[in-house]
Amino acid sequence: MKTAKPFDPEACRAQFPILTEPPGGLPLYYLDSAATAQLPAAVLTAVRRHETMARANVLRGVHRLAEAATAAYEDARAAVADYLGVPDHDEVIFTGGTTASINLVAHSFGEGLGPGDEVLVSELEHHSNLVPWQLLATRRGMTLKVLPVTDEGRLDLERLPGLVSKRTRLLALTHCSNVTGAITDVGPIVAAARSVGAKVLIDGAQRAPHGPLDLPALGVDFYAFSGHKAYAPNGIGVLWGRRELLSKMPPFMGGGGMIAQVDLETGTTFAEIPRRFEAGTPPIAQAVGLGAALRWAKALEWAGIAQHEARLTGRILDGLGAIKSARVIGPTGLQGRLGVVSFTIDGVHPHDLCQWVDRYGVALRGGHHCAQPLAKRFGVAGTSRASLAPYNTDADIDALLNALEDAMKRFR
Amino acid sequence: MSDELYHEKLVERAQAGRARGRLEQPDRTATLDNPLCGDRVTIDLKTAGGKVLAAGHRTRGCLLCEAAAALIVEQAPGSSTVSLIGLSDAVRDFLQKDGPAPSGWDAVEEFAPVRKVKSRQDCVLLPFRALAQALR
Repeated sequence: MKTAKPFDPEACRAQFPILTEPPGGLPLYYLDSAATAQLPAAVLTAVRRHETMARANVLRGVHRLAEAATAAYEDARAAVADYLGVPDHDEVIFTGGTTASINLVAHSFGEGLGPGDEVLVSELEHHSNLVPWQLLATRRGMTLKVLPVTDEGRLDLERLPGLVSKRTRLLALTHCSNVTGAITDVGPIVAAARSVGAKVLIDGAQRAPHGPLDLPALGVDFYAFSGHKAYAPNGIGVLWGRRELLSKMPPFMGGGGMIAQVDLETGTTFAEIPRRFEAGTPPIAQAVGLGAALRWAKALEWAGIAQHEARLTGRILDGLGAIKSARVIGPTGLQGRLGVVSFTIDGVHPHDLCQWVDRYGVALRGGHHCAQPLAKRFGVAGTSRASLAPYNTDADIDALLNALEDAMKRFR
Repeated sequence: MSDELYHEKLVERAQAGRARGRLEQPDRTATLDNPLCGDRVTIDLKTAGGKVLAAGHRTRGCLLCEAAAALIVEQAPGSSTVSLIGLSDAVRDFLQKDGPAPSGWDAVEEFAPVRKVKSRQDCVLLPFRALAQALR
């Protein structure tokens, strides 16, 4: 591995008030960032500043607060576009989160699909990238195809040619599994889609928080992610889409802000993107928080973070490897993965394990992680999951491994 | 808090209950899932003359869920079916409203620490809800 510029995890951690001063003064070893990441002071400050200095509705007001709010909202859009590496800011649609973004595409792009058309999903998907397509299949009478996963918990890309055909209209796949941590090699997916004229939607909920993207280079058509996993507030998410696609898609939700003209006799026409897909008052302060979060994240040393997180991930995998009854669901190596490690321990239910380690301040996630088809694929009802962010340190891993050892004594 | 939650009696009850399987020929049965965690409980009953003669279970769940299913399988036989109809609601009130343990079910007190852990109350309630459904 190439040596990256040194990254100082302690200095990073120091920017997160909830980690430096945990609630109740109790120890906190936060290993649940794949569910929700914590907020750095820069984001808290930006949101507070907005709410105390520029709180107003956007776009339609002419007073100075409204002007400031609109400017802040559009500045956040610019920050998102910059993080995604896209020059056209209008291709960035603010939504409520990844789920809302994918539902937008399923409804709007999906309007053009019907019997005989196919959408390809995978066994690896979060329910948010499965259920909207199942609903669409029922609504529009089109067919869902499912790409299987390998025993290592990766998309089985060798099966792509047999599943993509001239009937395929869209491939909707994850950029990184929220269960196995496996990163998807997007290149072959885009190539397979292009060979039949299909589009590609990537669920970036897990990948987006781990460093800036270059969507033009990735070559996809839609990209969705959530703010709350990317060091930003809840209630904000992003759908990026190519202008030529978004401009032809019908609105998803109707309301204020998304229209060109409303007329009871002649009917209603719709605004250009991004407004066409942002009906109603948007989550303004949340968008401002997301803009601040992505600017904060873009300035980090991501090559160094990748090495730091890989080393911590290796420590978790080694620790689990030393527990005879532990089974890792996902890659057991460090290549092509993020710091998301799901595991089972024979005879210990994930929720009992997660509850037990919580007494030591270790925050894990237990359950099916909204990926029941994947749990079925691996023959488990659920797993326990540790997930990393740049603010995690060796102390978090020490606490996790000690707590696991203690849990083994209690439940076995 | 976790120490309290996983006290010895409850752990023993859950572990002992694993040996009790399903009934071979139940005349009433119900399976319920907890969609949040994927846990699944089946409660089987053999009834006659308005009484439960035997009970069995299959539980794919956490220790709290296993302990609750084990308690049902141990205590339901001999009870009148009518007396069990309101049991699930009584256990819910015990957990969520600090209500008393249901009459004749003093062992429900073992779950008292779960009152403080809202996210785990459904783990205890799932087998009792399956019992209620089996009795419908």
